[in-house]
Amino acid sequence: MPNNDVLLKVEDLKMHFPIYRGVFQRQVGAVHAVDGISFHVMRGETLGLVGESGCGKSTAARSILQLYKPTAGRVFFNDVNLIALKREEMRGMRREMQMIFQDPYASLNPRMTVGDIIGEPLIVHRIAAGKEIQERVAHLLEVVGLNPGFAGRYPHEFSGGQRQRIGVARALALQPALIICDEPISALDVSIQAQVVNLLEDLQEQFNLTYLFIAHDLSMVRHISKRVAVMYLGVIMELAERDDLYLEPLHPYTQALLSAIPIPDPIADANRKRVILEGDVPSPIDPPSGCRFRTRCPIAEPMCAESRPDFREIKPNHFAACHKVV
Amino acid sequence: MPDFLLDVQGLETQFKTPDGIIHAVNGVSFNLKEGETLGVVGESGCGKSVTMLSMLGLIATPPGKIVAGEAFFFGHDLFKMTKEEIRHVRGAQIAMIFQDPMTSLNPVLTIGYQLEEPLILHLGMTKNQAQARAAELLSIVGIPNAKDRLNDYPHQYSGGMRQRVMIAMALSCSPQILIADEPTTALDVTIQAQIMDLVKRLRSELGMAIIWITHDLGVVAGLAQRVLVMYGGLIIEEAPVNDLFANPSHPYTIGLIGSLPRVDKNERHRLYSIEGQPPALYQKPQDCSFAPRCQQALERCWQENPALDLVADGHRVACWVDVKTGKPR
Repeated sequence: MPNNDVLLKVEDLKMHFPIYRGVFQRQVGAVHAVDGISFHVMRGETLGLVGESGCGKSTAARSILQLYKPTAGRVFFNDVNLIALKREEMRGMRREMQMIFQDPYASLNPRMTVGDIIGEPLIVHRIAAGKEIQERVAHLLEVVGLNPGFAGRYPHEFSGGQRQRIGVARALALQPALIICDEPISALDVSIQAQVVNLLEDLQEQFNLTYLFIAHDLSMVRHISKRVAVMYLGVIMELAERDDLYLEPLHPYTQALLSAIPIPDPIADANRKRVILEGDVPSPIDPPSGCRFRTRCPIAEPMCAESRPDFREIKPNHFAACHKVV
Repeated sequence: MPDFLLDVQGLETQFKTPDGIIHAVNGVSFNLKEGETLGVVGESGCGKSVTMLSMLGLIATPPGKIVAGEAFFFGHDLFKMTKEEIRHVRGAQIAMIFQDPMTSLNPVLTIGYQLEEPLILHLGMTKNQAQARAAELLSIVGIPNAKDRLNDYPHQYSGGMRQRVMIAMALSCSPQILIADEPTTALDVTIQAQIMDLVKRLRSELGMAIIWITHDLGVVAGLAQRVLVMYGGLIIEEAPVNDLFANPSHPYTIGLIGSLPRVDKNERHRLYSIEGQPPALYQKPQDCSFAPRCQQALERCWQENPALDLVADGHRVACWVDVKTGKPR
C-alpha cells in the first residue's frame, strides 16, 4: 500500500447543536461546536488535533465518524463521502474506522467479560463465529500486551492502563485503517501514559495504522504526531508539520498555548518567555464576530472583529487563520 | 521560635476496607520552612493527598486512622489537638485548596456567602466588613467587577474563576501555610498558567509557605523550591528543585522524568516507560515497594526497605542502589 495517499479528508465540516426553549420548543440558537474545519490525514500518518476543553475537538471526531449528523460539510474516507451514505452503508464503513475513548472506566461495559467486549465487533460485523472469535480475542490480547488468559475476566479487575489496552484491542479487532484516539491517555498516570503511547506507536508500525490523535497535552502530541492542528472555539487556528508548529508557531493562540505548558526542567522553565492569556474561552453559543480568538488575543486590532480570517497557507504546508500573520 | 513552620515525623495512616487494611501512608517525615514552596509529586494512590488530609484532621475516621506520627505546627502537635483547636488552625492558619473547584464549592450558596463565612467565623468580622473584604479578595485573585459578582452562584463562574474563588477563600484569613492539592489538574493549560502566575504573585506579596501537591513534574519545576517524590505511601526522594531534575537519584524519579515528552525539545525517541503498576498497599512494605518495577533492583531491595539517606546537600534518597553505577550504595 503506498504511503502517500489521502485516507481522510474533511471539508468545511460544521456541527451546530440547536438549542430549544419555551412552550413551543422553538429553536433560539445553536452551540457552534465545530464551525467549518478542513484538513486531511494521509494513510499511515498521525495527525494531532489539540485544543483546550470545549474547543470542539471531540465533536469533530464524532462528526467525522457520523456519530452525529454534521450540519454542513463533507467527509471523505478513501474518496467516499460519508455524509451522503445511508445508515446501512455507513455501518459497513465503520469497520475501517474505530475509536479509542478517553475514560477507560466508563467506556467498557462492566457486565461484559473482556473477551465479549473485544469479540463483540467481530459478531456485529459477521467476521468471525464460534471458536474463531476466541482465537482472535486471544491473539488481540497478546498484541496489546495482555495475557490471553484474561479473556474471561471483567473490566473492574484491571487497572486504568490495562483497561485502555483492552479498549485498544477492541478497536483493533476489525483491522481498521483509521483509529481516532480521543484523549486516550489523559485519564492515566504519568508512568502508565508512556506505556500506552509506546503501544500505540508499535501498533501503528505493525499494522500501518492511521491515527487522528486528539489531546490537550501538547507535549505528548508533539511526541506522537507527524502533523498537528490547533483548534480554538470550533475552528482550526493553525496546522503544520510537527516541528514547524512547535519551533515556529505563527498564530498568537498557538504561541500562547505552547508557552503555557510547564516544562519538567526548572532551568529551561525559568528562561523562557511566557504569554499569559487573559480571561476565559467565550461561549460557543454566541462566538465572537470575526476572529474567534480576538477577545483574548494580545495583538488583536479592530479588523479582527470585522471579518473572519482565512485559513491560509503562509509557508509551504503551514496554515494559519490570522489577519496579522504575514 | 522553632526551626520549622511545620515538622511532620513518622506519619502512618491506614484505611479499613472490606478487602483488608490499606496502608496509605507508611512513615512520612518532612518539614516546611517559613515562606518556602514545597512540591509533592507522585501518581494516584501514592499517599500525597492522604498525608496532607491526615495532618489537618480531615481523614474520615473510620475507615481512616492515623496510627503513628507527630505533626508539629509552631511547636504544637496537630494530632494532639482537640477538634476545636484543629478547626481554628484549619482555615485560619493552614488553608487548603482542592483539585476540583466545582465540587469544593456549595452550588446553592452564593460566592459571596461562601467567602464571607470564614471571615465571620474565624476573624469575627461583621457582615458588612466581611462583604467588603470578600470583594477585595476577589479582586486580589483577578476577578473583574468583583463586587457585582459576589451575588453569583458557582455555576455562573468558569472553572478557572472557581479555582480563583477557592484561592481567595484560602487566603481570606491570611494563613501561614497554603496546601494546594492538584489545584490546576482540572483546568486547561492556558488557565493553569494564569493560576500559577497568580500563586507566584501572591506568594511574593504575602510571604506564605506553600505545599503544592501535583502529578505534573512540569508544574513543580516552575513553582517549587524543594520537592518530595512519593511512591507507595513513602517519600522516596527529597531534593532542592534544580538538583532533583539535574541529578535524580531514585530509579522511580528517573523513570518519571524520562517518561515525559518535552514540548520544548526537538527530539524523537521512544518514551521511557516504567513497566508494571504501583503497589496495592494491602501490606505495610517490608521491602522496597518499587523493586517489582525497578530495572536496577538488587537482592537486598527484595529484603529490606531502604530509609532516606543523604546523598548531597539537602538531597535524600531511599534506595539501596547507586543509580549511576548500578552497585550497592
